[in-house]
Amino acid sequence: MDDLRELYQEVILDHNQNPQNFGQIEPATHSGDGYNPLCGDKLSLTLQVQDDKVTDLRFRGSGCAISKASASIMTTVVKGKKVVEVEALFGAFHSLVTTGDTDDGDLGKLAVMAGVYKYPARVKCATLAWHTLKNCLSKKDEVAKTE
Amino acid sequence: MTVTLDPSNTRTLPLDGAYIRNNFPIFRNRSSKNPFTYLDSAATSQTPQQVVDAVETYYNHYNANVHRSIYAAGEEATEAYESARDKVSNFIGADDSHAIVFTRGATEAINLVAYAWGRNNLREGDEILLTEMEHHSNLVPWQLAARQTGAKLKFIPFSEDGTLENSEASFTEKTKIVSVIHQSNVFGTINPVNEIINLAKSVGAVTLIDAAQSVPHLHMDMTSLDCDFLAFSGHKMLGPTGVGVLCGRTELLEQMEPFLAGGEMIRTVSLETSTWNDVPWKFEAGTPNIAQAIGLGAAVDYLSGIGMETIHRHEAALIKYTLERLEGMDEVTVYGNPPERGGVVVFNVEGVHPHDLSQLLDRDGVAIRAGHHCAQPIMEKLGVSATARASFYLYNDFEDVNRLTEAITSSLKFIT
Repeated sequence: MDDLRELYQEVILDHNQNPQNFGQIEPATHSGDGYNPLCGDKLSLTLQVQDDKVTDLRFRGSGCAISKASASIMTTVVKGKKVVEVEALFGAFHSLVTTGDTDDGDLGKLAVMAGVYKYPARVKCATLAWHTLKNCLSKKDEVAKTE
Repeated sequence: MTVTLDPSNTRTLPLDGAYIRNNFPIFRNRSSKNPFTYLDSAATSQTPQQVVDAVETYYNHYNANVHRSIYAAGEEATEAYESARDKVSNFIGADDSHAIVFTRGATEAINLVAYAWGRNNLREGDEILLTEMEHHSNLVPWQLAARQTGAKLKFIPFSEDGTLENSEASFTEKTKIVSVIHQSNVFGTINPVNEIINLAKSVGAVTLIDAAQSVPHLHMDMTSLDCDFLAFSGHKMLGPTGVGVLCGRTELLEQMEPFLAGGEMIRTVSLETSTWNDVPWKFEAGTPNIAQAIGLGAAVDYLSGIGMETIHRHEAALIKYTLERLEGMDEVTVYGNPPERGGVVVFNVEGVHPHDLSQLLDRDGVAIRAGHHCAQPIMEKLGVSATARASFYLYNDFEDVNRLTEAITSSLKFIT
């Protein structure tokens, strides 16, 4: 049992059971959807960005424990951060889950996702939320979603 | 062949899984920690030593190009390649009215028809009739053909139990081609293709049966089925990857324009124009997948040696037992319940996403498929983003089913 505990750490299972910031912000300044066509995982992200700072964000969607926990942890880490800091974190997180590199001191809570790199098929699960976030931040929704 | 008993000693299987597995080296090579419990044959089947040997013998003893080499090795290669074609033809009970074209797989076989027949015969307003339970490989090629020709796509719907609804109303004078999956890769449903082919004939439509999941598991008889086209893959029937078959009505194939062009498929070539080789070679441009076709011939020999009816009965007994076991688990939801089915079941486990389930089962040596099974419209209709799928073949037995359900139970403990 064992090796898989590295992937499915307790923290990840907790976030899977009780995802943080699950839901939707309305009106949101930014929003976007993520989709993993290989497995069908879907994710919707809504953000409140003020003065280049992500003041609030929430996610909705269906996915495996890794993708759900990754989204949940991401929201807790990103909330309150400046957009430039989020972009730097994206890079650090990406290298964490693809190479297991934990050298970046700012990873903080994200470090629990380190086990993913040993399972290449699951990297996409872990990065779905982050790719969605990156897309959200790169284009502003002129009309905030109301539904 | 001997029989295995389930733990309660009340059931028997027509085939002895352990005896069969001896012919498949992978089960020895991957069973160090746990027995390799392979429940993903609907995706690809395992390969017996006999098939590996046939491929190896070709490369080690008579590797040469076919149909053009004037030396002994080349003649042997041509002989083996063409004899594989005869074996496949006999295996599905085809006679001279149908020809066997080797393709890269079932996908290419369907694309061949969608391009070479579809683009020249479909007109605006014509109807292409499919079902809602097609694999992407029998849906997307027709979407492209429809876009090119202005023909319309129509679908025979399926009900909650995974069977097709009454299809008669879907056939009209405008129906030009009917292309239908024989055995569903999701529900395992064996669709009433005889009935569908008859309805198609009554409106003068061309028929294609996607038999990727049926030829490996059911006794086929082309003379009684008598569809215009039948498409299937080698790698799902113990053969190598990279080879598939389009069995097509010779008369239609002769009328059709080529699909891929190049060497082998021509008779004469000048700088300005060319004429085509005879069917089936007209549709086999370039050096064909010689080794793979020879391997498929060996796979067909292997399957014939056991008997397709026996294999079907074996899988029917396995799926019956699996359904009983799964339905006995509170956390498990099984999708579809078709009365006529092959050895395939899709399900979900409450609280465990199919991807996590597949990852966790792997820990116990159990390999299942998780995802949308190349059938996103079905998942949409079921209202799920993904499901787990277990599928069986002649090398599985009751012990595999028991290991599956035990591994599901231990996954539930792990993740919740």
